[in-house]
Amino acid sequence: MHGTEIDVDRSDATSRAETTVTVVLPRALLAIFPDAPPELRVEARTVGEMIAELDARWPGMRDRLQDSTPAVRRHINVFVDGRRAKLETALKDGLKVYVLTAISGG
Amino acid sequence: MAQVLVLVGTKKGTFILRSDAARRDWALSGPFCATWPIQHAIGDPETGTIYAAGGDTWFGPAVWKSTDLGATWTHSSEGLAYAEGEEPIKAVWSLARGDGALYAGVEPAGLFKSTDGGSTWSHVAGLRAHPSRPEWNPGGGGLILHHIVPHPRDPAKLWVGISAAGVFYTADGGETWEPRNRGTRADYNPEDQRYPEFGQCVHSLALAPGGAERLYQQNHCGMYRSDDGGQQWTSIEAGLPSTFGFPSAAHPRDPETLFLLPLNGDILGRYMPDAKAAVWRTRDGGASWTALRRGLPQEHAYFGVLRQALATDRLEPSGVYFGTGGGTLFASADEGESWQPLAQHLPQISSVETLVIDA
Repeated sequence: MHGTEIDVDRSDATSRAETTVTVVLPRALLAIFPDAPPELRVEARTVGEMIAELDARWPGMRDRLQDSTPAVRRHINVFVDGRRAKLETALKDGLKVYVLTAISGG
Repeated sequence: MAQVLVLVGTKKGTFILRSDAARRDWALSGPFCATWPIQHAIGDPETGTIYAAGGDTWFGPAVWKSTDLGATWTHSSEGLAYAEGEEPIKAVWSLARGDGALYAGVEPAGLFKSTDGGSTWSHVAGLRAHPSRPEWNPGGGGLILHHIVPHPRDPAKLWVGISAAGVFYTADGGETWEPRNRGTRADYNPEDQRYPEFGQCVHSLALAPGGAERLYQQNHCGMYRSDDGGQQWTSIEAGLPSTFGFPSAAHPRDPETLFLLPLNGDILGRYMPDAKAAVWRTRDGGASWTALRRGLPQEHAYFGVLRQALATDRLEPSGVYFGTGGGTLFASADEGESWQPLAQHLPQISSVETLVIDA
């Protein structure tokens, strides 16, 4: 169910002062945070920071996207550079990050 | 004029049925809570607030809340988490109000408490610190804390039911706990280990009204009553069609009256005995039982009823309600004497509770 998980350019990320990415949020998430837009720009060096920034704007959103391990939830996919990312995965300036609901349910 | 709400937790959201005290005509609304799987929805008769607990495959566990009888909802899981590195919480399985607090039971089994109406939660860590915890095994539904029974008078006292660890009790607000399973069987254990200290598969707990410590327990292996807060349990299954079932519901005023929905047996398909639906009622504390069938299907009734899907209301005479695995909600406005379906074709029903408020 999971794709390969990778860490991207961690050393590069820590040295960068400002990294702005565009985040695309899934419809199912927008349904429970009606004030959130489907797409927005966020300043964050890692996926974890990106989720923290989303949580600061829409309190409670972190709990929906990551569990207490902490890790990205099992049935949530965060795609960075076309690959499934972890919380510690580094972001690059200008990237588009896709948050997707995985196929599951019944 | 009283307004009666039946709160229905289902696999695809919360539904609400509303009527007046006559309980003849009902209006259905829902699904609420973003069609999340909802394990338990309860109402607070003092404030009219509705809470619904569940866990979504994508978004994890949360407790939903509505202060306008279901028109709008918010959700929170702030603090509803174990420590980093532990197995994360999958879902909230049970809710209970007690002395200004709201309790939530979760999977994997643990207890949380909110003193701000479900906005934030804190872990009642003493329960999982119990030395038996490494030996707790999951039941068919997982390792779930599915019943929370606050003491009728003392806010420091509380019982919980965990599948399949059994009943646990605290007298000090959750700091320390003790198993309370004496007299309940574990038929699935080797013959000489059928009455262990813990590890029984409790299916439901019901506190009798009246302020005393009488509890009823439907177990995977038998039906029981305790008159001393669970220190000793006595079988009251004689006269029932089966020792197996999930829910039990106390009468709002009479401690001798209890409603049950026995299923045919744990290895026989777990549906209505002989495929004929009946609610079983005792009026004498379990000494004898009567099958109540009028209005319920008497052929081809191959449905089950889950552990939190049977409830009474506080009106006179008391209403009784249950929801099936096939999504039908049945109701009686006369303490089980006659029944009618209030809704059909709902998703699988996990829980049924009532909320009576003055309109």
